[in-house]
Amino acid sequence: MLNAAIEIAFILIGAALALNLYRLIVGPDTTDRILALDTLGINCIALLVLYGISSRSTAYFEAALLLALLGFVGTVALCKFLLRGDISE
Amino acid sequence: MSAASEFLISALIVLGALFVLLGSIGLARLPDFLMRLHGPTKATTMGVGSVLLASAVFFSTTDPVGISLHELAPLFFLFITAPITAYLLGKAAMHRKSAARPAKPPAAPPRVSTNRQQGTADDG
Amino acid sequence: MIRTVMPRPGLSLTVFVLWAVITNAASLGQLVLGVVLAIVIPLLTRSFWPDPPRLVRPWRALRFMGVFALDIVTANWRVGRQVIGPLHRLSPAFVEVPLDLRDPFIATLLGSIVSLTPGTVSLHVDQQRWVLLVHALDAPDPQALVDEIKERYERALKEMFAC
Repeated sequence: MLNAAIEIAFILIGAALALNLYRLIVGPDTTDRILALDTLGINCIALLVLYGISSRSTAYFEAALLLALLGFVGTVALCKFLLRGDISE
Repeated sequence: MSAASEFLISALIVLGALFVLLGSIGLARLPDFLMRLHGPTKATTMGVGSVLLASAVFFSTTDPVGISLHELAPLFFLFITAPITAYLLGKAAMHRKSAARPAKPPAAPPRVSTNRQQGTADDG
Repeated sequence: MIRTVMPRPGLSLTVFVLWAVITNAASLGQLVLGVVLAIVIPLLTRSFWPDPPRLVRPWRALRFMGVFALDIVTANWRVGRQVIGPLHRLSPAFVEVPLDLRDPFIATLLGSIVSLTPGTVSLHVDQQRWVLLVHALDAPDPQALVDEIKERYERALKEMFAC
């Protein structure tokens, strides 16, 4: 049952990644793209954790944690750039 | 691993993946940026949280050493950062909207070097 | 006396627990390192932290966290249904919530809580007028939303922190 659940989850998250990619490409605004990238990163965390369960290994946990940290810092930096960049024009 | 814990883990995984997908559907489908913000901040965060919980239960029940709680760290982290990300993105979007609408002609020829930092009160 | 070593006991405790959780509390050495971090990090970052008001009712806070966790689940269920349902029925709106509390830290906390629950994202805390600007995914009746936020979250926070 667990393996079936993991397979289903892989498919669902894969579809979610495709939808994020759609939003990343279509835009229309920069903020949409940042949001899509952020969501892409968070979905990748879910994917990594799932892969860790399916391969019975805890080694992917650190990667997931790092992805969470870096994704957040990156998103904040991009938002700050948007806020400042427009102001100084 | 008992049948009950296997059922719990499977349920958490599928539910989590479903919420991750719902968040992305919201991101792709909703018509306006501020509406799109709702999907990823809530549904995706909870979906990933659910998958992380499943992982914690899984490694706690299979690992002979004992309980495994380190999945709670990214969980905690995601839940405190999601509102901040949403807040900053919303601010950036509103800022861009208000900056784009008036479309002021430049009064003086733009000089690159004078980069005046007129930060708003709560900026930085 | 303990305040000179640990200016923020709550922060120290959080750092220690987080370190223990990340390393799975595998060995005594890691726990000792956790204690060292719990002392050093609050001292180094002391100047960045605002002064939060004291938590006067910890049990109320625990109960509130339970309610809040349930709210997150139901909120997601609702948002999920709205997202896959017909979109033209949604009525997104900006809502201004007048605040009774007057503390920047608690206002930020309220904003974060609002962002994680029913179809609302907080966008701005106006500290001159003490108004929280909230964007709602579906708010046919904005006044009801304002009442819900004030009743359900703001009052609980005020009781917990006595501000």
